[in-house]
Amino acid sequence: MKAVEESRSNPEVLVELNGVKKYFPIKGGVFKRVVGNVKAVESVTLKLYKGESLGVVGESGCGKSTLGRTILGLEELTDGTISFGQQEIQDLSRKEKKKFVKEMQMIFQDPYASLNPRQRIGHALDEVFTMHTDMSAKERKDSVLSLLAEVGLKPEHYDRYPHEFSGGQRQRIGIARAIALNPSFVICDEAVSALDVSVQAQVLKLLKTIQKKYDLSYMFISHDLGVVRYFCDRVLVMYLGNMVEMSDVSKIFNNPLHPYTKALLSAIPRPAINAKRERIRLVGDMPNPANPPTGCPFHTRCPIAQDICKVDKPAFVEHEPNHFAACHFAGKL
Amino acid sequence: MAMAETVALKEKKREKYIVTTIRRLFKNKLAVAGLIIVILQILMAIFAPAITVHDPIKQNLASSELPMFSDGHWLGTDNYGRDVWSRIVFGARISLVVGLVAVSLGLIGGVLLGMLAGFYPKLDAVIMRFVDLLFSFPGILLAMLIIAILGTSLVNVAIAISIWSIPTCARIVRGSVLSIKEKEYIMAMRSMGASDLRIMARHILPNATAPIIVFATMRMATAILSTASLSYLGLGAQPPTPEWGAMISQGQDFMWTSPHLTIVPGIAIMLTVFAFNVLGDGLRDALDPNMDIQQ
Repeated sequence: MKAVEESRSNPEVLVELNGVKKYFPIKGGVFKRVVGNVKAVESVTLKLYKGESLGVVGESGCGKSTLGRTILGLEELTDGTISFGQQEIQDLSRKEKKKFVKEMQMIFQDPYASLNPRQRIGHALDEVFTMHTDMSAKERKDSVLSLLAEVGLKPEHYDRYPHEFSGGQRQRIGIARAIALNPSFVICDEAVSALDVSVQAQVLKLLKTIQKKYDLSYMFISHDLGVVRYFCDRVLVMYLGNMVEMSDVSKIFNNPLHPYTKALLSAIPRPAINAKRERIRLVGDMPNPANPPTGCPFHTRCPIAQDICKVDKPAFVEHEPNHFAACHFAGKL
Repeated sequence: MAMAETVALKEKKREKYIVTTIRRLFKNKLAVAGLIIVILQILMAIFAPAITVHDPIKQNLASSELPMFSDGHWLGTDNYGRDVWSRIVFGARISLVVGLVAVSLGLIGGVLLGMLAGFYPKLDAVIMRFVDLLFSFPGILLAMLIIAILGTSLVNVAIAISIWSIPTCARIVRGSVLSIKEKEYIMAMRSMGASDLRIMARHILPNATAPIIVFATMRMATAILSTASLSYLGLGAQPPTPEWGAMISQGQDFMWTSPHLTIVPGIAIMLTVFAFNVLGDGLRDALDPNMDIQQ
């Protein structure tokens, strides 16, 4: 990790996850006993630096959204620690957590679903200040108006309901709400996936502008590798709740070490006509996270799986400077 | 590009939710009829002294059992010579007030229980078993039981009907809360650090109003009918109170000689119940949550 810290102008660690696990219990039988666990997030350990954007990619159901929610405390942590600044926050009471809530915010995937349809958006933003500050009504209104301006909306939008906005505008409201309290860490959970491409670009640009202005760190959860490549500094690839590969965005895209990452990248459509590219097809479905395979979780679909993969779970280790992967044969494909 | 689209849609879309709802309601002829009857009734109840000549309670044995369309008593008089029109008009007051009180109390209890049950899974089982217990009594029987404990009076009738309304209301609210609770905007409020009370009062309740309004309207009809039934059985309004159910009960002894003594209050009850029911039906359609997402 030393190399990472040196290579960055601002090496301050903002969020640190240590062995974060999230299991959802499966209850069955007459007495609703726990008969098993869906292992949504399996031991995630990482550091997130101030001012950086970490992309989290993977198939649907790989636990990337759950990871984001768990960090914010929206899901109860099964095991591990989550630190913000220097403080572990997973065991704090609701009251103590309040100041960290200000620092960590989330932008949701569906901007329509994440806004109360019966609340004017001015009031929705106002409410954030009511909950966390002692501002007077006048000050709150001024803050809301300046927030609206900041995300490119007009003062007359204050009195409108969410259904009166377009998708892009709604997502701007979601962004306004997330940055209202001046956080230092924002989780974007598929924040642009629901938008069409032209609007996506605008919203991404807005997110970048805001990041520069407030020195924000993003955790950018997405399944769109193109967007991640454009937007993020580092990328974490997840599979079945496990960390598969993590490195700088250029290393991941140019020199992927893990066969799963390679398969993901080979699925990006590219406009080149004559470029020879190898398409790695993954066969079969993702295994059931309630009953993950032994050994490497990916061995059931891996094109280079050997016998060792079926028994021995590969560790998540540094194969090249600042380039981590969990594979016995990293880079051999 | 995106802006142009918004501007174009603006004229059509800047319309308050309530206006849209009323517009939809007015498309339903039956609901409009119900609404008119309900409004007439409310006016009748408010201006009761202004639209009647005779005291509804004062007896005048000299002109007892006058038929309909008699001079000065267009709906006739009863066996004590009391003007039937006056009694019907003042009876509307009683029906509406008792119905309103009963439904309001029932709503308060039902919304509270349903909200807690839906929001806190731990309380759910306890509250819903209690609600099931209330459900297991047939409505009128439960009301009679409560009145037997509390004594016969209109206030107790209102209390009895409200208690009987609680379980239905609680179930409706719980169902709405369970579905709204999982919405992403509730998750968003949580991530924002909102308290449970704030989430329940400001975000879940406003989104659960549609079924509650429909329930309240329909329950008005049932409450009025139940008040009349209980009064008919002698458990509610006591003579000489001009209550519709009590009027039928008193008039049935004279069914052959003066049928209007039972028919007129009967029609009054029927019209009221009908009006509230069709209005409730119309509201259900107008408030259909599927039409929320306009267009």
